[in-house]
Amino acid sequence: MTEPDKTPDAGPARPAPIKAVPVRHPGRWISVAVLAVLAAMFVHMLLTNDKFGWAFMVDNMFRPPVIEGLLRGTILLTVLGMVIGVSLGVVVAVMRLSPNPVLSGTAWLYTWFFRAVPRIVLLVLFGNLGILYQSYGLGIPFDEQIADLFGVSFDGRFLEVEARSLLTPFIAALLGLALSESAYMAEIVRAGIQSVDPGQSEAAQALGMSRTQIMRRVVLPQAMRVIIPPTGNETIALLKDTALVAFVPLSVELFFQLEAVGKRTFQVFPMYVSACLWYLALTSVLMVGQYFLERRFGRGVAVSGRTRPRIFTAGSGR
Amino acid sequence: MSETAGPMVRSEQVHKSFGRLEVLKGIDLEVAQGEVMCLIGPSGSGKSTFLRCINHLEKIDAGRLWVNGHLVGYRQKGDKLYELRDREVSAQRREIGMVFQRFNLFPHMTALENVMEAPVRVKRTPKARARERAGALLESVGLGDKVRTYPSALSGGQQQRVAIARALAMEPSLMLFDEPTSALDPELVGEVLDVMKRLALDGMTMIVVTHEIGFAREVGDSLVFMDGGVVVEKGVPRDVIADPKHERTRSFLSKVL
Repeated sequence: MTEPDKTPDAGPARPAPIKAVPVRHPGRWISVAVLAVLAAMFVHMLLTNDKFGWAFMVDNMFRPPVIEGLLRGTILLTVLGMVIGVSLGVVVAVMRLSPNPVLSGTAWLYTWFFRAVPRIVLLVLFGNLGILYQSYGLGIPFDEQIADLFGVSFDGRFLEVEARSLLTPFIAALLGLALSESAYMAEIVRAGIQSVDPGQSEAAQALGMSRTQIMRRVVLPQAMRVIIPPTGNETIALLKDTALVAFVPLSVELFFQLEAVGKRTFQVFPMYVSACLWYLALTSVLMVGQYFLERRFGRGVAVSGRTRPRIFTAGSGR
Repeated sequence: MSETAGPMVRSEQVHKSFGRLEVLKGIDLEVAQGEVMCLIGPSGSGKSTFLRCINHLEKIDAGRLWVNGHLVGYRQKGDKLYELRDREVSAQRREIGMVFQRFNLFPHMTALENVMEAPVRVKRTPKARARERAGALLESVGLGDKVRTYPSALSGGQQQRVAIARALAMEPSLMLFDEPTSALDPELVGEVLDVMKRLALDGMTMIVVTHEIGFAREVGDSLVFMDGGVVVEKGVPRDVIADPKHERTRSFLSKVL
């Protein structure tokens, strides 16, 4: 571009760069002033209203039972819930897209049920599953009925576990959260798979790749770009919904423990504020993770980390 | 590769419909070993569909189609036809390379990874060996310096040459080209045709759906003009182009030449 300018006799000289008076934005200054006043008022309230009890909050938000609730409840449930939710979600999505009508119907029914029932209701339901049977067993289905049919007594069970030891509140909470999560994830994964150009799987088929190979090596890696952002949303939503497991009831959980401290000491408000801060911190960590995941699966699309603007065109920035 | 005698591709009365629309109305063609057949015709004439039937990307409704003496997509026992399992269809496709109009490279893999993928996953070639061969193939299509580049950073012509290398990596005995230069800028068409020409000179059996009449005349052993789902005219390219026997061929050629 600059080459013609350097040669001495290449026509007219390069004109001076444009120096124009920029457009003034008085609206921006007004909004800055208004927001600054509001922010000052907010900080003033935080500092002067002693009901916040900052010192009390800091002393109590790291108590051992709170930390235990955070690690063994909130974080463990979120991590396991997402691991199960994503894996099961992929399976359900692939079933849903299967040409086999029985599989796709079953997958539809599954998502229909678990998306329709509120999480809090699912959690209460799973918490009370012990009412159905005293014990749960693994064995030949309908063994008693078959035995009755032939008039013999016969027990086809290999493994029998008492409901109380199998369906601990933690397992019930995990089941409730993970199963409902998998239904949402199934829809997200399905959208991701369908977003991949059909030419991709045709090219892979033409190379002789099997259905599973095409899914694992070609379609899913590309679908990930579409799947990850809403999955980040889902992870954050699940993290926050772990506060619902108190209804199972499961008390080893962050919010329950913070509130318990507040109720015991008659200082609930500082503990509610500490709950906000905890969830803010946890969500921020998740967002960092999402950033790196998106970068990993953007390979080949965003050339060397430079993303193309999708909404604003060249002139309209800043 | 096993049977050396007999044609590479033989089709007998191949019919194919999409819903009510009959796209192929009885195609009878034969492609010999080492032959380069060019398929031309207006869009919607069924030439791409016929190509896709050859590696069973489309299922034919009636007729028979053989590649290398094997029935495509079916096994015949007596009078009865049995559908092949997915695994058997995949095995048939390994013998047939295909190049698409819109390249269809895997965007999340580098050029080298695109070419290595099928040998490693499908043929279970050791990775080091596959990498070496993929590098050599990319070199042979003139992209030795682009092995680590992702498709999005390649020009259309370069992408199509990677796609050809990818198909060749499976060592097919037949190559199908579905309008390989139609999505390219005019100045990039030549580099792709050059690669195809070299492939033809090496003795590869090729079926090329194309609008490049010059390529058909120079490289093709036979030229087939299709229109409305039937083969209108077939012959030696020079003769068909210089002296078409049918009015429809004549009017089509007068528009594209």
